[in-house]
Amino acid sequence: MTTAAVKPASMAQALQRAMRDAMAEDPTVHVMGEDVGTLGGVFRVTDGLAKEFGEDRCTDTPLAEAGILGTAVGMAMYGLRPVVEMQFDAFAYPAFEQLISHVARMRNRTRGGMPLPITVRVPYGGGIGGVEHHSDSSEAYYMATPGLHVVTPATVDDAYGLLRAAIASDDPVVFLEPKRLYWSKAEWSPDAPSAVEPIGRAVVRRPGRSATLITYGPSVPVCMEAAEAAAAEGWDLEVVDLRSLVPFDDETVCASVRRTGRAVVVHESTGFGGPGGEIAARVTERCFHHLEAPVLRVAGFDIPYPPPMLERHHLPGVDRVLDAVARLQWEAGS
Amino acid sequence: MTVQELPGAAAAYRPTPPPAWKPRTDPAPLLPDPEPYRVLGTDAAAGADPELLLRLYAELVRGRRYNAQATALTKQGRLAVYPSSTGQEACEVAAALALEERDWLFPSYRDTLAAVARGLDPVQALTLLRGDWHTGYDPHEHRIAPLCTPLATQLPHAVGLAHAARLKGDDVVALALVGDGGSSEGDFHEALNFAAVWQAPVVFLVQNNGFAISVPLAKQTAAPSLAHKAVGYGMPGRLVDGNDAAAVHEVLADAVARARRGGGPTLIEAVTYRIEAHTNADDATRYRVESEVEAWRAHDPIRLLERELTERGLLDEDGIRAAADAAETMAAQLRDGMNADPVLDPMDLFAHVYAEQTSQLREQAAQLRAELDAEGEAR
Ligand SMILES: Cc1ncc(C[n+]2csc(CCOP(=O)(O)OP(=O)(O)O)c2C)c(N)n1
Repeated sequence: MTTAAVKPASMAQALQRAMRDAMAEDPTVHVMGEDVGTLGGVFRVTDGLAKEFGEDRCTDTPLAEAGILGTAVGMAMYGLRPVVEMQFDAFAYPAFEQLISHVARMRNRTRGGMPLPITVRVPYGGGIGGVEHHSDSSEAYYMATPGLHVVTPATVDDAYGLLRAAIASDDPVVFLEPKRLYWSKAEWSPDAPSAVEPIGRAVVRRPGRSATLITYGPSVPVCMEAAEAAAAEGWDLEVVDLRSLVPFDDETVCASVRRTGRAVVVHESTGFGGPGGEIAARVTERCFHHLEAPVLRVAGFDIPYPPPMLERHHLPGVDRVLDAVARLQWEAGS
Repeated sequence: MTVQELPGAAAAYRPTPPPAWKPRTDPAPLLPDPEPYRVLGTDAAAGADPELLLRLYAELVRGRRYNAQATALTKQGRLAVYPSSTGQEACEVAAALALEERDWLFPSYRDTLAAVARGLDPVQALTLLRGDWHTGYDPHEHRIAPLCTPLATQLPHAVGLAHAARLKGDDVVALALVGDGGSSEGDFHEALNFAAVWQAPVVFLVQNNGFAISVPLAKQTAAPSLAHKAVGYGMPGRLVDGNDAAAVHEVLADAVARARRGGGPTLIEAVTYRIEAHTNADDATRYRVESEVEAWRAHDPIRLLERELTERGLLDEDGIRAAADAAETMAAQLRDGMNADPVLDPMDLFAHVYAEQTSQLREQAAQLRAELDAEGEAR
């Protein structure tokens, strides 16, 4: 066996490769959305697919998100596996009716007779200097809808492995792509791409003993950096990358918190009504006797996503994470 | 000045033809005839197939009886709600009979009758409205999508399915039913636009029964007719008398055949009337007068067809009685089926959320299991 050439690849390239491999293996996989064909998507994630597989397999649709997802429902009913691209987080909202009223519940309402294997790819989150409606973290809306899987990779390997799993899933998957990590690179071999990663398993990105940072997607690199910085202060932080928000890996998360006794949830999405509240509640319910301090949250402010020149004040960065870690030295009455 | 007359427009309007899908070549005119198409009572009736007319008649009578029986069942509390299609049976029946077995039907909540006329078990068709499960049948078995409650959202599904079938090389047609109110929804627009751009083999049938709950058509649209909307998408629009079963069938069968041979989608508006209230929860006297209902009763779809058939000597008293008897048998079966309490398994709540249960759902299922066991022990 020849050793595969390992060179830096971006998350966008790994995602493209995942779709390409899925399309090559399974003729029922169809990619569709706005500008996904000739242009290869505004982030070039579908680059080359139309050329390789033809416009029937990688289709530039009319500009209508409900129509894109709604027709994907019908295509899935007829045995295809549509992979739908929503151009940006906030432009997926017109498709919410289809997502929530049909995609999420078709299996259930037909007693398993009509499962819908649809992958909805949504570039999400801020940090790229986007103007209004280009930086939303919409994961809480999806998480609140039974019947959907909600997945978000933070590494190049996971981008490939999780997207392959999403496309292969017999259930609908909302696949959230952290757009500020699109161009993050890692050593990666397109000749021997990463393993397909089952949906629903969190991973410990960095082992530690003094506290757990629970995070996902765009906040994973932030937490890794914070953990490095905290080491200088004598804090040995564990970083858990959730990878899948639904289903939620209680086991990995709680095992970590039981080991460390302290936890901070970190994400960009708003704190109020956001994913962190759910996660903190789950951890508290399951690990109460192991906790040395309340589970803290570091989240985006409870504001509409700010204009690009102000976004750095909104996004939880390393300092805010470290402040929270400092607050974990909890004492009764404090 | 029209778009075509604008200087340089011919070249500029479509800079390049769409790369993947051919522009429409079918000669069918886009603009609907402003008069609804009629067959019964006109010269065209002589050309109608007697066997088809008799089949339509039997289904209309059965459908009317079904509506009456289901409405009665709501009064007995056996159904949570029933949106009757009394007065609209010709649309329902013609829709079902215009399809081949391999075709697909995409009904809304009012279209139980179309599903039953297509062969669905009368009791299974009412599961949604009885409340034991959302869809009481396997959609693939009869090629009937689940009865759809959110308005117009089933239309893009029909387009996607028809498109997928075409991609696979199957000559399958999808027929989607929607109301006049539903035609105002965004999904209506998106579905028609996708269908026309993709030249998908799909037929849209709007049953214009005059009202969306209480709102009359005049407050729904300013278009000359709902069929006129087709022009803007680049598909033919047809207007038909929705109480004339022969006309509705002919127009639908034409559209289905055109779709099947690659001619693309059609928008059909059937002008009809909702004789009953929106549902049993609605008070129709608040928004319409009885004289209007009476006028439409005089244009009843069953009477229209019955007159044609008797005048042509195809139907006599015996035939009428035979159809009524068959309908009565169906009603008795429906009553029996609905009066038997459905057997429910609460654990089904968790069975069909995901292909594989999540650990969260397994925990919740265990909780419910324990509650049920405790209930059983207490009893
Ligand atoms: C998206 C959506 N909005 C509102 C409703 C509530 N609703 C149910 S039926 C109805 C009127 C529909 O009228 P129309 O489309 O003309 O169909 P008809 O009931 O007359 O058959 C409304 C507003 C709904 N079902 N879906």
